[in-house]
Amino acid sequence: MGDILGLAERYRDEGADELVFYDITASPDGRSVDRSWVNRVAEILDIPFCVAGGIRSLQDAEEVLNFGADKISINSPALACPDLINELAKRFGSQCVVVGIDSRDEEGVYRVYQNTGDPDKTSQSGRETVDWVQEAEKRGAGEFVLNCMNQDGVRQGYDIRQLSLVRDNCTVPLIASGGAGTKEHFLDVFAQARVDGALAASVFHKQIIEIGELKQYLAGQNIEVRP
Amino acid sequence: MAVDVAIIKGGGANIASLRFALERLGATSMLTTDAGQIRSAPRVILPGVGAAEDAMEKLHLAELDTVIPTLQQPLLGICLGMQLLFDGSEEDDTRCLGMIAGRARLFEASDDRPVPHMGWNSVQKDNAPALLEGIDNNAYFYFVHSYAVDVTPATIGTASYGRDFSAVVAQDNFMGTQFHPERSGKNGARLLQNFLTGVS
Repeated sequence: MGDILGLAERYRDEGADELVFYDITASPDGRSVDRSWVNRVAEILDIPFCVAGGIRSLQDAEEVLNFGADKISINSPALACPDLINELAKRFGSQCVVVGIDSRDEEGVYRVYQNTGDPDKTSQSGRETVDWVQEAEKRGAGEFVLNCMNQDGVRQGYDIRQLSLVRDNCTVPLIASGGAGTKEHFLDVFAQARVDGALAASVFHKQIIEIGELKQYLAGQNIEVRP
Repeated sequence: MAVDVAIIKGGGANIASLRFALERLGATSMLTTDAGQIRSAPRVILPGVGAAEDAMEKLHLAELDTVIPTLQQPLLGICLGMQLLFDGSEEDDTRCLGMIAGRARLFEASDDRPVPHMGWNSVQKDNAPALLEGIDNNAYFYFVHSYAVDVTPATIGTASYGRDFSAVVAQDNFMGTQFHPERSGKNGARLLQNFLTGVS
């Protein structure tokens, strides 16, 4: 907990444009993200705050929003019950409904996976990624975070090809996730895949890349960033 | 209990971040629909989440649609709350509070400009209004909205998303921001600080 608050504070001060908290084991463990935790992070943040993890009902979402989240991100529960996207969008507006997608390249076909927070429970959802993106947007998703599982955690760069394909198939903001290892990777994903944002975890957690320096670098490469 | 700010309760879910932002600035706040408490508060914030018609209906039920226009202390409308200060909104053809002349209009979506407009956007400011004291020209703020008010004589900060629109407005004691200052980093905090101490 102390580490999490410390990280949130550091990212805020370094100039992160948004903080996403993933309680990735919530869905495979059959529980929902810890509310008191949401509250304590929201208290210190002055940037948009998105929370993900086992949000599977309107009530879960309302509680998380009341505790200070600005957006909620749903992944496995949306796959289990796609109507949840419609219900959340109707009740709270598309602007706070983010759909997270874990997608894997299987011999040129991108497929959606679920419960990815626990390797023993991870399974293929039976959906193709582009189909799911189009359906979720119709249902009211206001933003996508596409986590490209082949690239995730290996720091070899974002999956430009897959992100470009999804970019061409949705109109709402698309956030790239999975694969950031260097500043150049961020430049590539903004310039080539035309994403609206790039999410990274380990390179920031481990201080391999400093957010302020990254933004200066991107600005120097003519990518519009908030200074 | 005497508080620094009365926040008008409208049923929106996202009030927590605003209250936290005020706390970080050392200001106390209460969430209320009580006309007496609102009238006696040194400052008033009208937040807004959701649809214009629904928000006006809630103000009407609390009989605040007639109280708010008569307030004399500094009032800050945020997001939809700013739009409510104007004559009306195209959203469900809603009549609003009418303190400031103008009307909110829907953005037109295009391939590279999805609606709602969501994200950080720069704001060009007019010559040194008190509410924007200490904030750089073209500073970035965080927006989440589908409707926007054109640039009017009350506009003191302008942003652009396919068309120019009012990002910050001020007319007498009535002020408003289309963006969320509570989620706009240091610039947003400075604006709230200005509202708490720099305007009258």
